[in-house]
Amino acid sequence: MPSEGKNIPVNYNEIPRTIKRRPYYIITPGMIVLIGILIPFILAIFLSFTNYSFKSMHWRFVGVRNWTDMLTNVDFYHALLITLIYAVSATVVQMVLGTVIALLLKKDTLYSKVLKVLFTFPLMVAPAIAVLIWQLMTSNTVGVLEKFLNVFGVFNFPWASSYKTSMFTAVLIDTWVNTPFILLLVLAGIQSLPKSPFEAAQVDGASAWFTFKTLTFPMLKPFMYIALLFRLMAALQEFGVIFSLSKGGPGDSLMNISLTAYMTAFKYSRVGVAMPYLLVLWVIINYSAKAIVNRQRKLARQAQGL
Amino acid sequence: MDNNQMDSKLRNSYQRRKKFKVLGAVGRNLGLTVYAVFALFPLLWMVLCSFKPDTEMYNTVFRFHPTTANYSAVLIGTDYFKAFYQNFVVSALAVLITIVAGVPIAYALARYNFKKKENVAFTILSFKFAPEILVSLPVFLIFQKIGLYDTYFGLIWVYQLVTMPLLIWVLRGYFEDISVEIEQAAQLDGYRWYEIFLKTLVPLIKPGLVSVALLAFIFAWNDFTFPLILSGSSIQTITITSLRYLASDTVHYGQVAVASTIAVLPEVIACLFIQKHLVRGLSFGAVKG
Repeated sequence: MPSEGKNIPVNYNEIPRTIKRRPYYIITPGMIVLIGILIPFILAIFLSFTNYSFKSMHWRFVGVRNWTDMLTNVDFYHALLITLIYAVSATVVQMVLGTVIALLLKKDTLYSKVLKVLFTFPLMVAPAIAVLIWQLMTSNTVGVLEKFLNVFGVFNFPWASSYKTSMFTAVLIDTWVNTPFILLLVLAGIQSLPKSPFEAAQVDGASAWFTFKTLTFPMLKPFMYIALLFRLMAALQEFGVIFSLSKGGPGDSLMNISLTAYMTAFKYSRVGVAMPYLLVLWVIINYSAKAIVNRQRKLARQAQGL
Repeated sequence: MDNNQMDSKLRNSYQRRKKFKVLGAVGRNLGLTVYAVFALFPLLWMVLCSFKPDTEMYNTVFRFHPTTANYSAVLIGTDYFKAFYQNFVVSALAVLITIVAGVPIAYALARYNFKKKENVAFTILSFKFAPEILVSLPVFLIFQKIGLYDTYFGLIWVYQLVTMPLLIWVLRGYFEDISVEIEQAAQLDGYRWYEIFLKTLVPLIKPGLVSVALLAFIFAWNDFTFPLILSGSSIQTITITSLRYLASDTVHYGQVAVASTIAVLPEVIACLFIQKHLVRGLSFGAVKG
Protein backbone atom coordinates (compact mmCIF):
# COMPACT_ATOMS: atom_id res chain seq x y z
CA MET A 1 0.00 0.00 0.00
CA PRO A 2 1.39 3.35 -0.98
CA SER A 3 2.68 5.87 1.45
CA GLU A 4 0.75 9.10 1.57
CA GLY A 5 3.65 11.43 0.90
CA LYS A 6 4.48 10.08 -2.52
CA ASN A 7 1.35 11.11 -4.35
CA ILE A 8 2.48 14.46 -5.60
CA PRO A 9 0.65 15.80 -8.63
CA VAL A 10 3.21 16.19 -11.37
CA ASN A 11 2.26 19.11 -13.48
CA TYR A 12 2.34 22.21 -11.33
CA ASN A 13 1.82 24.65 -14.20
CA GLU A 14 -1.62 23.55 -15.29
CA ILE A 15 -4.88 24.89 -13.96
CA PRO A 16 -5.50 23.08 -10.68
CA ARG A 17 -9.07 22.14 -11.62
CA THR A 18 -7.99 20.02 -14.56
CA ILE A 19 -5.41 18.28 -12.43
CA LYS A 20 -8.11 17.50 -9.94
CA ARG A 21 -10.26 15.93 -12.62
CA ARG A 22 -7.50 14.24 -14.56
CA PRO A 23 -7.18 11.09 -12.43
CA TYR A 24 -10.88 10.45 -12.91
CA TYR A 25 -10.49 10.68 -16.68
CA ILE A 26 -7.53 8.34 -16.52
CA ILE A 27 -9.31 5.63 -14.59
CA THR A 28 -12.61 5.89 -16.47
CA PRO A 29 -11.97 3.35 -19.30
CA GLY A 30 -10.76 0.73 -16.87
CA MET A 31 -13.63 1.33 -14.49
CA ILE A 32 -16.14 0.92 -17.33
CA VAL A 33 -14.67 -2.48 -18.09
CA LEU A 34 -14.82 -3.45 -14.42
CA ILE A 35 -18.19 -1.96 -13.57
CA GLY A 36 -19.80 -3.97 -16.36
CA ILE A 37 -18.82 -6.90 -14.23
CA LEU A 38 -20.22 -5.26 -11.09
CA ILE A 39 -23.78 -5.63 -12.43
CA PRO A 40 -23.82 -9.37 -11.66
CA PHE A 41 -23.34 -8.63 -7.95
CA ILE A 42 -26.49 -6.55 -7.89
CA LEU A 43 -28.34 -9.12 -9.97
CA ALA A 44 -27.21 -11.83 -7.55
CA ILE A 45 -28.82 -10.01 -4.61
CA PHE A 46 -31.98 -9.51 -6.66
CA LEU A 47 -32.14 -13.17 -7.68
CA SER A 48 -31.82 -14.33 -4.09
CA PHE A 49 -35.33 -13.01 -3.47
CA THR A 50 -36.90 -14.82 -6.44
CA ASN A 51 -37.67 -18.41 -7.31
CA TYR A 52 -35.77 -18.09 -10.59
CA SER A 53 -35.06 -21.45 -12.17
CA PHE A 54 -33.51 -22.64 -15.42
CA LYS A 55 -36.45 -24.97 -15.90
CA SER A 56 -39.36 -22.54 -16.06
CA MET A 57 -39.56 -19.25 -17.83
CA HIS A 58 -41.77 -17.74 -15.14
CA TRP A 59 -40.40 -16.42 -11.93
CA ARG A 60 -41.78 -14.35 -9.07
CA PHE A 61 -40.65 -12.75 -5.85
CA VAL A 62 -40.68 -15.05 -2.87
CA GLY A 63 -39.48 -12.56 -0.28
CA VAL A 64 -36.90 -13.87 2.16
CA ARG A 65 -37.94 -17.50 1.74
CA ASN A 66 -34.66 -18.56 0.08
CA TRP A 67 -32.78 -17.03 2.99
CA THR A 68 -34.87 -18.60 5.74
CA ASP A 69 -34.82 -21.94 3.91
CA MET A 70 -31.06 -21.81 3.80
CA LEU A 71 -30.70 -20.88 7.48
CA THR A 72 -32.93 -23.80 8.54
CA ASN A 73 -31.23 -26.25 6.19
CA VAL A 74 -28.72 -28.69 7.69
CA ASP A 75 -26.85 -28.83 4.38
CA PHE A 76 -25.95 -25.16 4.68
CA TYR A 77 -24.18 -25.65 7.99
CA HIS A 78 -22.47 -28.74 6.64
CA ALA A 79 -21.26 -26.74 3.61
CA LEU A 80 -20.10 -23.93 5.88
CA LEU A 81 -18.18 -26.40 8.03
CA ILE A 82 -16.54 -28.06 4.99
CA THR A 83 -15.63 -24.62 3.61
CA LEU A 84 -13.95 -23.63 6.85
CA ILE A 85 -12.17 -26.96 7.41
CA TYR A 86 -10.81 -26.92 3.87
CA ALA A 87 -9.79 -23.26 3.92
CA VAL A 88 -8.15 -23.31 7.34
CA SER A 89 -6.31 -26.61 6.96
CA ALA A 90 -5.05 -25.81 3.44
CA THR A 91 -3.95 -22.31 4.45
CA VAL A 92 -2.22 -23.38 7.66
CA VAL A 93 -0.35 -26.27 6.02
CA GLN A 94 0.76 -24.07 3.12
CA MET A 95 1.77 -21.14 5.31
CA VAL A 96 3.94 -23.34 7.55
CA LEU A 97 5.45 -25.36 4.70
CA GLY A 98 6.04 -22.33 2.47
CA THR A 99 7.69 -20.30 5.24
CA VAL A 100 9.93 -23.16 6.34
CA ILE A 101 11.09 -23.86 2.77
CA ALA A 102 11.67 -20.14 2.16
CA LEU A 103 13.86 -19.95 5.27
CA LEU A 104 15.76 -23.05 4.18
CA LEU A 105 16.34 -21.41 0.78
CA LYS A 106 17.72 -18.25 2.37
CA LYS A 107 21.38 -19.17 1.86
CA ASP A 108 22.50 -18.22 -1.64
CA THR A 109 24.08 -21.49 -2.72
CA LEU A 110 23.83 -22.78 -6.29
CA TYR A 111 21.55 -25.58 -5.07
CA SER A 112 19.07 -23.12 -3.57
CA LYS A 113 19.22 -20.88 -6.64
CA VAL A 114 18.26 -23.77 -8.91
CA LEU A 115 15.57 -24.93 -6.49
CA LYS A 116 14.02 -21.47 -6.35
CA VAL A 117 13.30 -21.76 -10.07
CA LEU A 118 12.13 -25.36 -9.97
CA PHE A 119 9.88 -24.85 -6.95
CA THR A 120 7.74 -22.31 -8.78
CA PHE A 121 6.67 -24.80 -11.45
CA PRO A 122 3.69 -26.28 -9.56
CA LEU A 123 2.30 -22.76 -9.04
CA MET A 124 2.00 -22.39 -12.81
CA VAL A 125 -0.11 -25.53 -13.13
CA ALA A 126 -3.86 -24.94 -13.29
CA PRO A 127 -5.56 -26.50 -10.25
CA ALA A 128 -7.80 -28.53 -12.56
CA ILE A 129 -4.75 -29.89 -14.38
CA ALA A 130 -3.01 -30.53 -11.07
CA VAL A 131 -5.89 -32.81 -10.18
CA LEU A 132 -5.29 -34.74 -13.42
CA ILE A 133 -1.62 -35.14 -12.58
CA TRP A 134 -2.41 -36.40 -9.10
CA GLN A 135 -5.06 -38.76 -10.46
CA LEU A 136 -2.28 -40.33 -12.49
CA MET A 137 -0.37 -41.01 -9.31
CA THR A 138 -3.18 -41.88 -6.91
CA SER A 139 -5.11 -44.28 -9.10
CA ASN A 140 -5.32 -47.63 -7.32
CA THR A 141 -4.52 -49.58 -10.46
CA VAL A 142 -1.74 -47.60 -12.16
CA GLY A 143 -0.79 -45.20 -9.38
CA VAL A 144 2.81 -44.94 -8.35
CA LEU A 145 1.84 -43.74 -4.88
CA GLU A 146 0.10 -47.05 -4.18
CA LYS A 147 3.43 -48.83 -4.71
CA PHE A 148 5.11 -46.23 -2.53
CA LEU A 149 2.67 -46.73 0.33
CA ASN A 150 2.95 -50.53 0.01
CA VAL A 151 6.57 -50.17 1.10
CA PHE A 152 5.30 -48.69 4.37
CA GLY A 153 2.73 -51.45 4.78
CA VAL A 154 -0.26 -49.35 3.71
CA PHE A 155 -2.46 -51.05 1.13
CA ASN A 156 -5.37 -49.73 -0.90
CA PHE A 157 -5.27 -46.18 0.43
CA PRO A 158 -8.51 -44.82 -1.05
CA TRP A 159 -7.43 -41.20 -1.76
CA ALA A 160 -10.35 -39.28 -3.27
CA SER A 161 -12.76 -42.21 -3.39
CA SER A 162 -13.52 -42.48 0.31
CA TYR A 163 -15.44 -40.20 2.62
CA LYS A 164 -12.60 -40.35 5.12
CA THR A 165 -9.67 -39.42 2.90
CA SER A 166 -11.15 -37.15 0.22
CA MET A 167 -10.52 -33.98 2.26
CA PHE A 168 -6.92 -35.04 2.81
CA THR A 169 -6.43 -35.64 -0.92
CA ALA A 170 -7.96 -32.30 -1.92
CA VAL A 171 -5.85 -30.38 0.59
CA LEU A 172 -2.75 -32.30 -0.54
CA ILE A 173 -3.27 -31.28 -4.17
CA ASP A 174 -4.05 -27.70 -3.18
CA THR A 175 -0.87 -27.67 -1.10
CA TRP A 176 1.17 -28.96 -4.02
CA VAL A 177 -0.07 -26.14 -6.27
CA ASN A 178 -0.11 -23.22 -3.85
CA THR A 179 2.77 -23.66 -1.41
CA PRO A 180 5.13 -22.00 -3.94
CA PHE A 181 2.99 -18.87 -3.74
CA ILE A 182 3.67 -18.49 -0.02
CA LEU A 183 7.27 -19.44 -0.67
CA LEU A 184 7.73 -16.65 -3.21
CA LEU A 185 6.14 -14.00 -1.03
CA VAL A 186 8.19 -14.93 2.02
CA LEU A 187 11.33 -15.00 -0.14
CA ALA A 188 10.47 -11.50 -1.37
CA GLY A 189 10.22 -10.51 2.28
CA ILE A 190 13.53 -12.12 3.20
CA GLN A 191 15.28 -10.32 0.34
CA SER A 192 14.00 -6.96 1.52
CA LEU A 193 15.14 -7.35 5.14
CA PRO A 194 17.72 -4.79 6.29
CA LYS A 195 21.15 -6.28 7.00
CA SER A 196 22.33 -4.27 10.01
CA PRO A 197 20.06 -5.71 12.77
CA PHE A 198 21.25 -9.19 11.88
CA GLU A 199 24.90 -8.18 11.93
CA ALA A 200 24.34 -6.61 15.32
CA ALA A 201 22.67 -9.78 16.58
CA GLN A 202 25.59 -11.84 15.35
CA VAL A 203 28.09 -9.58 17.09
CA ASP A 204 26.10 -9.90 20.30
CA GLY A 205 26.24 -13.69 19.91
CA ALA A 206 22.51 -14.23 19.71
CA SER A 207 21.45 -17.80 18.97
CA ALA A 208 19.82 -18.68 15.66
CA TRP A 209 16.47 -19.33 17.30
CA PHE A 210 16.58 -16.07 19.24
CA THR A 211 17.43 -14.13 16.07
CA PHE A 212 14.54 -15.76 14.25
CA LYS A 213 12.09 -15.14 17.08
CA THR A 214 12.93 -11.50 17.72
CA LEU A 215 14.13 -10.26 14.33
CA THR A 216 13.32 -12.38 11.28
CA PHE A 217 9.78 -13.41 12.13
CA PRO A 218 8.43 -9.99 13.19
CA MET A 219 9.94 -8.36 10.10
CA LEU A 220 8.52 -11.04 7.82
CA LYS A 221 5.04 -10.74 9.28
CA PRO A 222 3.70 -8.09 6.84
CA PHE A 223 4.70 -10.31 3.92
CA MET A 224 3.13 -13.34 5.52
CA TYR A 225 -0.11 -11.43 6.00
CA ILE A 226 -0.26 -10.68 2.26
CA ALA A 227 0.33 -14.37 1.52
CA LEU A 228 -2.33 -15.29 4.06
CA LEU A 229 -4.75 -12.83 2.50
CA PHE A 230 -4.50 -14.23 -1.02
CA ARG A 231 -4.40 -17.88 0.03
CA LEU A 232 -7.25 -17.77 2.52
CA MET A 233 -9.54 -15.85 0.17
CA ALA A 234 -8.91 -18.36 -2.62
CA ALA A 235 -9.28 -21.36 -0.33
CA LEU A 236 -12.60 -20.13 1.06
CA GLN A 237 -14.12 -20.14 -2.43
CA GLU A 238 -12.24 -23.18 -3.72
CA PHE A 239 -14.02 -24.74 -6.65
CA GLY A 240 -11.61 -25.97 -9.34
CA VAL A 241 -9.71 -28.57 -7.33
CA ILE A 242 -12.78 -30.07 -5.67
CA PHE A 243 -14.96 -30.06 -8.77
CA SER A 244 -12.33 -31.73 -10.93
CA LEU A 245 -11.42 -34.19 -8.20
CA SER A 246 -14.80 -35.58 -7.22
CA LYS A 247 -17.59 -33.05 -7.90
CA GLY A 248 -17.94 -32.64 -4.13
CA GLY A 249 -18.16 -36.33 -3.36
CA PRO A 250 -17.98 -39.04 -2.31
CA GLY A 251 -21.28 -38.35 -0.59
CA ASP A 252 -21.17 -34.75 0.57
CA SER A 253 -17.67 -34.99 2.02
CA LEU A 254 -16.31 -32.09 -0.05
CA MET A 255 -19.52 -30.12 -0.60
CA ASN A 256 -18.33 -26.66 0.32
CA ILE A 257 -20.43 -23.57 -0.29
CA SER A 258 -19.20 -23.03 -3.87
CA LEU A 259 -19.92 -26.63 -4.84
CA THR A 260 -23.31 -26.66 -3.11
CA ALA A 261 -24.36 -23.50 -4.91
CA TYR A 262 -23.11 -24.79 -8.27
CA MET A 263 -24.98 -28.07 -7.88
CA THR A 264 -28.16 -26.31 -6.70
CA ALA A 265 -28.07 -23.97 -9.68
CA PHE A 266 -27.09 -26.36 -12.46
CA LYS A 267 -28.04 -29.87 -11.35
CA TYR A 268 -31.32 -28.90 -9.69
CA SER A 269 -31.58 -25.69 -11.76
CA ARG A 270 -32.69 -23.60 -8.79
CA VAL A 271 -30.79 -20.36 -9.24
CA GLY A 272 -32.74 -18.36 -6.66
CA VAL A 273 -32.05 -20.95 -3.96
CA ALA A 274 -28.33 -21.01 -4.73
CA MET A 275 -27.84 -17.24 -4.43
CA PRO A 276 -28.03 -16.80 -0.62
CA TYR A 277 -25.28 -19.41 -0.25
CA LEU A 278 -22.97 -17.42 -2.49
CA LEU A 279 -23.85 -14.10 -0.90
CA VAL A 280 -23.01 -15.46 2.54
CA LEU A 281 -19.69 -16.68 1.16
CA TRP A 282 -19.07 -13.25 -0.34
CA VAL A 283 -19.71 -11.54 2.99
CA ILE A 284 -17.39 -13.95 4.81
CA ILE A 285 -14.62 -13.42 2.26
CA ASN A 286 -15.02 -9.65 2.16
CA TYR A 287 -14.96 -9.20 5.93
CA SER A 288 -11.98 -11.47 6.50
CA ALA A 289 -10.13 -9.75 3.65
CA LYS A 290 -10.76 -6.33 5.19
CA ALA A 291 -9.65 -7.56 8.61
CA ILE A 292 -6.44 -9.03 7.23
CA VAL A 293 -5.66 -5.95 5.11
CA ASN A 294 -6.12 -3.63 8.10
CA ARG A 295 -3.93 -5.79 10.32
CA GLN A 296 -1.29 -6.01 7.58
CA ARG A 297 -1.17 -2.24 7.08
CA LYS A 298 -0.76 -1.72 10.80
CA LEU A 299 2.12 -4.21 10.92
CA ALA A 300 3.77 -2.74 7.84
CA ARG A 301 3.60 0.76 9.31
CA GLN A 302 5.11 -0.55 12.56
CA ALA A 303 7.87 -2.27 10.59
CA GLN A 304 8.69 1.05 8.94
CA GLY A 305 8.75 2.75 12.31
CA LEU A 306 5.81 5.04 11.52
CA MET B 1 34.57 -16.23 37.26
CA ASP B 2 38.26 -16.55 36.50
CA ASN B 3 39.79 -16.57 33.08
CA ASN B 4 40.06 -20.36 32.75
CA GLN B 5 36.38 -20.90 33.38
CA MET B 6 35.50 -18.21 30.90
CA ASP B 7 37.76 -19.75 28.27
CA SER B 8 36.25 -23.19 28.59
CA LYS B 9 32.77 -21.74 28.49
CA LEU B 10 33.52 -19.87 25.29
CA ARG B 11 35.15 -22.95 23.79
CA ASN B 12 32.11 -25.06 24.64
CA SER B 13 29.73 -22.64 23.11
CA TYR B 14 31.94 -22.40 20.02
CA GLN B 15 32.00 -26.17 19.63
CA ARG B 16 28.26 -26.42 20.17
CA ARG B 17 27.72 -23.82 17.49
CA LYS B 18 30.04 -25.59 15.07
CA LYS B 19 28.20 -28.88 15.61
CA PHE B 20 24.91 -27.05 15.10
CA LYS B 21 26.19 -25.53 11.88
CA VAL B 22 27.07 -28.92 10.37
CA LEU B 23 23.80 -30.47 11.52
CA GLY B 24 21.96 -27.41 10.21
CA ALA B 25 23.47 -27.74 6.75
CA VAL B 26 22.57 -31.43 6.58
CA GLY B 27 19.08 -30.74 7.82
CA ARG B 28 18.60 -27.87 5.42
CA ASN B 29 19.60 -29.81 2.34
CA LEU B 30 17.62 -32.85 3.45
CA GLY B 31 14.51 -30.74 3.95
CA LEU B 32 14.94 -29.04 0.60
CA THR B 33 15.47 -32.34 -1.17
CA VAL B 34 12.37 -33.91 0.35
CA TYR B 35 10.31 -30.91 -0.71
CA ALA B 36 11.90 -30.98 -4.18
CA VAL B 37 10.69 -34.57 -4.61
CA PHE B 38 7.19 -33.56 -3.49
CA ALA B 39 7.13 -30.54 -5.83
CA LEU B 40 8.75 -32.02 -8.90
CA PHE B 41 8.01 -35.73 -8.93
CA PRO B 42 4.37 -35.28 -10.07
CA LEU B 43 5.54 -33.28 -13.10
CA LEU B 44 8.26 -35.77 -13.93
CA TRP B 45 5.83 -38.66 -13.58
CA MET B 46 3.31 -36.88 -15.81
CA VAL B 47 5.87 -36.47 -18.60
CA LEU B 48 6.99 -40.10 -18.23
CA CYS B 49 3.43 -41.39 -18.37
CA SER B 50 2.71 -39.34 -21.47
CA PHE B 51 5.28 -41.47 -23.35
CA LYS B 52 4.18 -44.78 -21.88
CA PRO B 53 2.18 -47.21 -23.99
CA ASP B 54 -1.08 -48.25 -22.33
CA THR B 55 0.19 -51.81 -21.87
CA GLU B 56 3.10 -50.67 -19.74
CA MET B 57 1.11 -48.20 -17.69
CA TYR B 58 0.74 -50.74 -14.89
CA ASN B 59 4.44 -51.14 -14.15
CA THR B 60 5.55 -48.29 -12.01
CA VAL B 61 9.14 -48.44 -13.20
CA PHE B 62 11.12 -45.91 -15.11
CA ARG B 63 12.15 -48.37 -17.84
CA PHE B 64 9.65 -48.69 -20.63
CA HIS B 65 9.38 -48.43 -24.39
CA PRO B 66 8.64 -44.79 -25.14
CA THR B 67 5.94 -44.13 -27.68
CA THR B 68 4.29 -41.05 -29.10
CA ALA B 69 1.02 -42.90 -29.67
CA ASN B 70 -0.63 -41.00 -26.82
CA TYR B 71 0.33 -37.69 -28.35
CA SER B 72 -1.05 -38.50 -31.76
CA ALA B 73 -4.20 -39.92 -30.17
CA VAL B 74 -4.85 -36.71 -28.28
CA LEU B 75 -3.70 -34.16 -30.85
CA ILE B 76 -5.15 -35.77 -33.96
CA GLY B 77 -7.93 -37.90 -32.53
CA THR B 78 -9.59 -35.20 -30.41
CA ASP B 79 -10.19 -31.48 -30.66
CA TYR B 80 -7.53 -30.76 -28.06
CA PHE B 81 -5.61 -28.50 -30.40
CA LYS B 82 -8.72 -26.40 -30.94
CA ALA B 83 -9.12 -25.97 -27.18
CA PHE B 84 -5.46 -25.04 -26.88
CA TYR B 85 -5.81 -22.40 -29.58
CA GLN B 86 -9.04 -20.96 -28.17
CA ASN B 87 -7.65 -20.90 -24.65
CA PHE B 88 -4.68 -18.96 -25.98
CA VAL B 89 -6.83 -16.44 -27.85
CA VAL B 90 -9.12 -15.79 -24.89
CA SER B 91 -6.27 -15.42 -22.38
CA ALA B 92 -4.10 -13.27 -24.64
CA LEU B 93 -6.88 -10.86 -25.61
CA ALA B 94 -8.01 -10.62 -21.98
CA VAL B 95 -4.49 -9.62 -20.97
CA LEU B 96 -4.30 -7.14 -23.84
CA ILE B 97 -7.48 -5.36 -22.75
CA THR B 98 -6.25 -5.43 -19.17
CA ILE B 99 -3.05 -3.67 -20.18
CA VAL B 100 -4.82 -0.95 -22.16
CA ALA B 101 -7.39 -0.24 -19.45
CA GLY B 102 -5.43 -1.21 -16.36
CA VAL B 103 -2.05 0.52 -16.77
CA PRO B 104 -3.64 4.02 -16.62
CA ILE B 105 -5.51 3.05 -13.45
CA ALA B 106 -2.30 1.85 -11.85
CA TYR B 107 -0.65 5.14 -12.83
CA ALA B 108 -3.50 7.23 -11.44
CA LEU B 109 -3.49 5.28 -8.17
CA ALA B 110 0.25 5.71 -7.81
CA ARG B 111 0.63 9.38 -8.73
CA TYR B 112 -2.52 11.32 -8.03
CA ASN B 113 -4.37 12.11 -4.87
CA PHE B 114 -8.07 12.01 -5.40
CA LYS B 115 -11.16 11.50 -3.35
CA LYS B 116 -11.98 7.91 -2.47
CA LYS B 117 -8.67 6.79 -3.91
CA GLU B 118 -8.09 4.08 -1.35
CA ASN B 119 -11.68 2.92 -1.75
CA VAL B 120 -11.21 2.56 -5.50
CA ALA B 121 -8.00 0.62 -4.86
CA PHE B 122 -9.61 -1.72 -2.35
CA THR B 123 -12.67 -2.24 -4.56
CA ILE B 124 -10.43 -3.30 -7.43
CA LEU B 125 -8.57 -5.66 -5.12
CA SER B 126 -11.82 -7.06 -3.75
CA PHE B 127 -12.83 -8.15 -7.27
CA LYS B 128 -10.01 -10.63 -6.95
CA PHE B 129 -11.68 -12.06 -3.86
CA ALA B 130 -15.21 -12.22 -5.22
CA PRO B 131 -16.37 -15.85 -5.37
CA GLU B 132 -16.14 -16.73 -9.05
CA ILE B 133 -19.35 -18.74 -8.90
CA LEU B 134 -21.20 -15.73 -7.49
CA VAL B 135 -20.12 -13.67 -10.49
CA SER B 136 -20.57 -16.30 -13.14
CA LEU B 137 -24.12 -17.41 -12.29
CA PRO B 138 -25.77 -14.00 -12.93
CA VAL B 139 -23.37 -13.40 -15.82
CA PHE B 140 -24.54 -16.72 -17.28
CA LEU B 141 -28.15 -15.49 -17.20
CA ILE B 142 -27.26 -12.09 -18.67
CA PHE B 143 -25.06 -13.57 -21.38
CA GLN B 144 -27.78 -15.98 -22.45
CA LYS B 145 -30.22 -13.08 -22.75
CA ILE B 146 -27.92 -10.80 -24.72
CA GLY B 147 -26.24 -13.52 -26.75
CA LEU B 148 -22.77 -13.39 -25.24
CA TYR B 149 -22.92 -16.93 -23.87
CA ASP B 150 -20.29 -19.15 -25.46
CA THR B 151 -18.59 -16.29 -27.34
CA TYR B 152 -15.03 -15.02 -27.31
CA PHE B 153 -16.09 -11.54 -26.29
CA GLY B 154 -18.12 -12.68 -23.30
CA LEU B 155 -15.36 -14.83 -21.88
CA ILE B 156 -12.67 -12.21 -22.49
CA TRP B 157 -14.73 -9.57 -20.72
CA VAL B 158 -15.29 -11.71 -17.64
CA TYR B 159 -11.62 -12.67 -17.54
CA GLN B 160 -10.90 -9.03 -16.63
CA LEU B 161 -11.88 -10.04 -13.11
CA VAL B 162 -8.98 -12.47 -13.05
CA THR B 163 -6.35 -10.31 -14.72
CA MET B 164 -7.11 -6.65 -13.94
CA PRO B 165 -6.77 -6.56 -10.12
CA LEU B 166 -3.46 -8.40 -10.32
CA LEU B 167 -2.00 -6.09 -12.95
CA ILE B 168 -3.14 -2.89 -11.26
CA TRP B 169 -1.83 -3.90 -7.85
CA VAL B 170 1.58 -4.90 -9.10
CA LEU B 171 2.09 -1.96 -11.47
CA ARG B 172 1.02 0.54 -8.85
CA GLY B 173 4.11 -0.46 -6.91
CA TYR B 174 6.30 -0.08 -10.01
CA PHE B 175 4.98 3.43 -10.75
CA GLU B 176 5.53 4.51 -7.17
CA ASP B 177 9.17 3.46 -7.42
CA ILE B 178 9.83 5.82 -10.33
CA SER B 179 10.90 9.18 -9.01
CA VAL B 180 8.72 12.17 -9.75
CA GLU B 181 11.75 14.13 -10.93
CA ILE B 182 11.85 12.16 -14.17
CA GLU B 183 8.36 13.33 -14.96
CA GLN B 184 9.17 16.89 -13.99
CA ALA B 185 12.23 16.88 -16.24
CA ALA B 186 10.14 15.65 -19.16
CA GLN B 187 7.62 18.34 -18.35
CA LEU B 188 10.30 21.02 -18.54
CA ASP B 189 11.12 19.71 -22.00
CA GLY B 190 7.59 20.66 -22.95
CA TYR B 191 5.90 17.29 -23.00
CA ARG B 192 2.24 17.11 -22.05
CA TRP B 193 1.25 14.71 -19.29
CA TYR B 194 0.02 11.93 -21.57
CA GLU B 195 3.18 12.21 -23.63
CA ILE B 196 5.21 11.88 -20.44
CA PHE B 197 3.17 8.84 -19.51
CA LEU B 198 3.55 7.13 -22.88
CA LYS B 199 7.09 8.17 -23.79
CA THR B 200 8.97 8.05 -20.49
CA LEU B 201 7.00 6.09 -17.91
CA VAL B 202 5.73 3.17 -19.96
CA PRO B 203 9.22 2.33 -21.27
CA LEU B 204 10.52 2.50 -17.69
CA ILE B 205 8.05 -0.04 -16.34
CA LYS B 206 8.33 -2.29 -19.38
CA PRO B 207 10.20 -5.14 -17.63
CA GLY B 208 7.63 -5.16 -14.85
CA LEU B 209 4.80 -4.87 -17.31
CA VAL B 210 5.99 -7.86 -19.32
CA SER B 211 6.31 -10.09 -16.29
CA VAL B 212 2.99 -9.06 -14.79
CA ALA B 213 1.30 -9.53 -18.13
CA LEU B 214 2.73 -13.04 -18.34
CA LEU B 215 1.60 -13.74 -14.81
CA ALA B 216 -1.89 -12.45 -15.62
CA PHE B 217 -1.84 -14.61 -18.74
CA ILE B 218 -1.04 -17.67 -16.65
CA PHE B 219 -3.89 -16.94 -14.23
CA ALA B 220 -6.29 -16.47 -17.15
CA TRP B 221 -4.99 -19.60 -18.87
CA ASN B 222 -5.54 -21.58 -15.65
CA ASP B 223 -9.04 -20.36 -14.93
CA PHE B 224 -11.62 -23.06 -14.51
CA THR B 225 -14.89 -21.67 -13.17
CA PHE B 226 -15.63 -19.05 -15.83
CA PRO B 227 -15.16 -21.28 -18.88
CA LEU B 228 -16.99 -24.12 -17.12
CA ILE B 229 -20.11 -21.99 -16.75
CA LEU B 230 -19.83 -19.42 -19.53
CA SER B 231 -18.66 -21.47 -22.47
CA GLY B 232 -20.45 -24.25 -24.25
CA SER B 233 -19.50 -26.13 -27.36
CA SER B 234 -18.04 -23.43 -29.56
CA ILE B 235 -15.46 -22.00 -27.15
CA GLN B 236 -13.39 -24.49 -25.23
CA THR B 237 -10.52 -24.10 -22.87
CA ILE B 238 -7.85 -26.56 -21.95
CA THR B 239 -8.81 -26.90 -18.30
CA ILE B 240 -12.34 -27.94 -19.20
CA THR B 241 -11.41 -30.12 -22.17
CA SER B 242 -8.73 -32.00 -20.24
CA LEU B 243 -11.19 -33.26 -17.67
CA ARG B 244 -12.96 -35.24 -20.39
CA TYR B 245 -10.02 -37.63 -20.53
CA LEU B 246 -10.91 -38.78 -17.02
CA ALA B 247 -14.66 -38.89 -17.42
CA SER B 248 -14.94 -41.94 -19.66
CA ASP B 249 -15.34 -45.42 -18.21
CA THR B 250 -12.01 -46.75 -19.42
CA VAL B 251 -9.51 -44.09 -18.53
CA HIS B 252 -6.55 -43.89 -20.88
CA TYR B 253 -4.00 -42.64 -18.41
CA GLY B 254 -1.46 -42.03 -21.17
CA GLN B 255 -3.84 -39.56 -22.78
CA VAL B 256 -4.55 -37.91 -19.44
CA ALA B 257 -0.81 -37.41 -19.09
CA VAL B 258 -0.52 -35.93 -22.58
CA ALA B 259 -3.41 -33.55 -21.96
CA SER B 260 -1.81 -32.31 -18.75
CA THR B 261 1.68 -32.08 -20.22
CA ILE B 262 0.59 -29.87 -23.10
CA ALA B 263 -1.51 -27.71 -20.78
CA VAL B 264 1.43 -27.16 -18.43
CA LEU B 265 4.05 -26.55 -21.13
CA PRO B 266 3.32 -22.88 -22.00
CA GLU B 267 3.12 -22.01 -18.33
CA VAL B 268 6.46 -23.53 -17.44
CA ILE B 269 8.07 -21.71 -20.38
CA ALA B 270 6.47 -18.43 -19.30
CA CYS B 271 7.63 -19.11 -15.74
CA LEU B 272 11.24 -19.40 -16.86
CA PHE B 273 10.98 -16.06 -18.66
CA ILE B 274 9.53 -14.11 -15.75
CA GLN B 275 11.52 -15.84 -13.03
CA LYS B 276 13.61 -12.77 -12.31
CA HIS B 277 10.63 -10.51 -11.76
CA LEU B 278 8.30 -13.03 -10.22
CA VAL B 279 9.23 -12.52 -6.59
CA ARG B 280 8.86 -8.79 -6.95
CA GLY B 281 5.73 -9.11 -8.99
CA LEU B 282 4.03 -11.28 -6.45
CA SER B 283 4.78 -8.99 -3.56
CA PHE B 284 2.40 -6.57 -5.31
CA GLY B 285 4.31 -3.55 -4.15
CA ALA B 286 1.77 -4.00 -1.44
CA VAL B 287 3.89 -4.34 1.63
CA LYS B 288 5.38 -0.91 1.69
CA GLY B 289 2.91 0.53 4.15
